[in-house]
Amino acid sequence: MTRQQVLDLYFMESRFKLVEIAAFLDRVERAKGPADFRLAAFRKAMKELNGKKLGRAKKVLLSFSDPTTKPIAKAHGKGATGAWPGK
Amino acid sequence: MRYIEPHGHMVSRTTDDYQDMVTAGCAAVCEPAFWAGYDRSGVQGFHDYFCQLTDYEPKRAAKFGLPHYAWLCINPKESEDVKLAEEVIGIIPEFIDKPNVLGIGEIGLNKNSRNEMKVLEMHVDLAARTNSLILVHTPHLEDKLKGTRLILDVLKSDKRIRPERCIIDHVEEHTVQRVLDAGFWAGMTLYPESKCSPARAIDIIENYGAERLWMNSACDWGVSVPLAVPRTALEMRRRGHSAEFIDQMIFQNPARFMSQCPKFNLPA
Repeated sequence: MTRQQVLDLYFMESRFKLVEIAAFLDRVERAKGPADFRLAAFRKAMKELNGKKLGRAKKVLLSFSDPTTKPIAKAHGKGATGAWPGK
Repeated sequence: MRYIEPHGHMVSRTTDDYQDMVTAGCAAVCEPAFWAGYDRSGVQGFHDYFCQLTDYEPKRAAKFGLPHYAWLCINPKESEDVKLAEEVIGIIPEFIDKPNVLGIGEIGLNKNSRNEMKVLEMHVDLAARTNSLILVHTPHLEDKLKGTRLILDVLKSDKRIRPERCIIDHVEEHTVQRVLDAGFWAGMTLYPESKCSPARAIDIIENYGAERLWMNSACDWGVSVPLAVPRTALEMRRRGHSAEFIDQMIFQNPARFMSQCPKFNLPA
């Protein structure tokens, strides 16, 4: 596809998603009380969008990922939160 | 259009879904053993589930003219209990020769714990001893990268395991390269809220090639779309991919992988 074709196909959808993210950040800021680690992780991952090199989706995913390499001692639940809380 | 749904938890879906899938061109559905949404209380619960996967569900699918295949295991979400896992793995040989069983799956990791690793190794050993294909679940979200690394280490360390007979499922942009580089097949799961969107899955195909990739809906009891594969095919068409290439991705590739099990046969 040409760059123009990509824009024709995906601009409106991506614009919509960008506004959703902006509104989410406003919503979080309007709300009261402390935020957990996920907000900081989200803001950190957003910085990857401004990079000039390809691979932004990969970098965002890596930013949210547990970087450690050893198995944990025990699973205390089944779910995932979407961001690594750190040690 | 014809396609194969290589990963669908059909016991959680309705007959309407079967009808829609067949109407959309589904030629076969393959169902890995899954977590029920709650922990089963004992090995008998798994026995009943394996009966459902190997007897009742193929009959239900057949009512819609759809061949149904299954994979057996105790899912990583229930692998923290090693004793239970040993019992469940102990009954799998009773079912492994059933005509619709393709192999061991979806095994893998969930929270990347030591017990999950032990159970993964037990499953890999069973697959090696029974010369079975392997379907691997990689963890969700922040746990995926680490889990994928650990899973690859386990598979690569067992010299009986041939990478071309294993599919590592739920890859995303940060895991697909290392899976393919190690010689394994990679599966992309098309979910509305996590894993891959159709657009991103097609990006991955365009970036990493279609040689050892497939797409699946992994439809289950949660938010998921049983028609995600044919809808992604339509998205591929919008991007200008040829009918032949789309057929390779949604039909030929899964057929090529699963045909390594002689029990996988599609109606002519």
